[in-house]
Amino acid sequence: MHTHEIAATWTYDDGRMPWRRALGAYIAEARSECLRYFRAPGFLLPVTLFPTMFYLLFGIVMNHGADPNAARYLLASYAVFGVMSPGLFGFGVSLAAERENGLLTLKRALPMPPGAYLLGKMLMAMLAAGMVIVLLLAMGMGLAHVHVTLIQAGSLLVTGMLGVLPFCAIGMFAGTLVKGQGAPGVLNLIYLPMSFLSGLWIPLSMLPSALQRVAPLWPSAHLHLLALRSLGLGQPALWQNVLILAGFALVFFMLAARRLRRLG
Amino acid sequence: MKASVEAVASLAGVVKRYGALTALDGLDLMLHRGELLALLGPNGAGKSTAISLLLGLVRAEAGRVELFGKDPQDIAARRRVGVMLQSAMLPATLSVAELLRLTMSYYPAPRTLQETAQLAGIADLLARRYAALSGGQQRRVQFAMALCGRPELLFLDEPTVGMDIDARQKLWVAIRGLVAEGCAVVLTTHYLEEAEALAQRVVVLAKGRVLSDGSVDALRSKVALTRIRCVTDLDAAAVAAWPHVAAVEHDRGGLHIRTDAPENVLRRLLDADPALSGLEVLRAGLAEAFTELTREPDTEREAA
Repeated sequence: MHTHEIAATWTYDDGRMPWRRALGAYIAEARSECLRYFRAPGFLLPVTLFPTMFYLLFGIVMNHGADPNAARYLLASYAVFGVMSPGLFGFGVSLAAERENGLLTLKRALPMPPGAYLLGKMLMAMLAAGMVIVLLLAMGMGLAHVHVTLIQAGSLLVTGMLGVLPFCAIGMFAGTLVKGQGAPGVLNLIYLPMSFLSGLWIPLSMLPSALQRVAPLWPSAHLHLLALRSLGLGQPALWQNVLILAGFALVFFMLAARRLRRLG
Repeated sequence: MKASVEAVASLAGVVKRYGALTALDGLDLMLHRGELLALLGPNGAGKSTAISLLLGLVRAEAGRVELFGKDPQDIAARRRVGVMLQSAMLPATLSVAELLRLTMSYYPAPRTLQETAQLAGIADLLARRYAALSGGQQRRVQFAMALCGRPELLFLDEPTVGMDIDARQKLWVAIRGLVAEGCAVVLTTHYLEEAEALAQRVVVLAKGRVLSDGSVDALRSKVALTRIRCVTDLDAAAVAAWPHVAAVEHDRGGLHIRTDAPENVLRRLLDADPALSGLEVLRAGLAEAFTELTREPDTEREAA
């Protein structure tokens, strides 16, 4: 019998994997995650169309001939509005769906390296956020004639791509609370009120003072200040805002990770 | 022969509860290298729980679960395992080749894309989007994902649901090929003919315990019932009262008798009705054996 030969062909170093191949698995996961969402119009269209249409309507058409600083202000506001949705929806809706349809279970059963699933989604959300920022910058500069230096544009892009992370964490947490079809509704209940309360649609200074006072509770309000600053508007207190956003990201990520481990 | 009796995975005294429900109640099960084991049982018997434990998806409350001598949650152990779950919706916008390359990237020494596609019979589907495939084709792609990592142990949960007969038999050939190469397979299925066609060993679970463990023939012989079919004028109720007759049913103008002593019953049948015709004597199949084994005691009369 050739059992020894067979046993030999079937044993591979006890399931160890060279680090290059392990890294390759992370890259493959991120690549598939990006490909699958950028090919899905159901994800890409709402994420890009909502902020760009809103900006076109309220930031450019209705604001025609007004103070150039107002156009600049609105560019920052709609950039934040646009960055929130790939985070909240890209993470939350897909996680809620994949917990229900069995994909997450399959991924957990397969030897996918730890965290590759979440890192892939994170990268996808960052790219989508970057795309929205580039679109808005092009519209702001081309249609509203906002003068933006290269450094300002670059810093808004970085702010948006990193600023999506706390919203990924919030979306992820929501995705562990709701399963399947319920997720978009729940996320809109977070997304839309939070945008309004952070002064993304109407500047904070025009909102009632009670709402102005609670604005620091919303991560989007902090990201708004950072976006304004990257376009040369607003006040200092930069690190404070960055730390608060990092805190939001960390707390919600840990809460979500704990629920995921417990529930699957 | 030492390698062929080596255990690749085992459950020992495993208890798993979901709230008040006990899914596994002290289950002992050992999977051997190169063996095809069919795991059967009625719904809720604990088949999926046993598989979930072996894949590290859930944790046992008591007992020991080992996969290649390790904790199943250890990724190194799972790199030696291939999985095809009962229901998994894969990303619709990815192509078959993209899905396979992704799954291959998780394994240390996967098969090539071509070899994988050939084995699973999907070479013509590689460029297609997953969403554009039929249900049976999607199952074949999932099978390809299960075997692409060159696993030593393959979990197939209801693999042929939604496949036509031709596709099912092709899958059986592929499974037999993998077993011949030394891969162990754990198969759960609702199609008993599938277990009959493939399995070397059949384990029947009920209420979270092993009810029977042995070869297909051993399981069959546990239920010493034979079916006799014939066209006769004899009264069914009268025949049912004969010794050794377990059950009698009317069956297309004739009688369908189940007995544990076919020779005795046949002799008496032929004596009682010389005009008897259309005689058929069949040994119990796996399906009967399974039904007999897992029958609830209080529903015995209805089932008979």
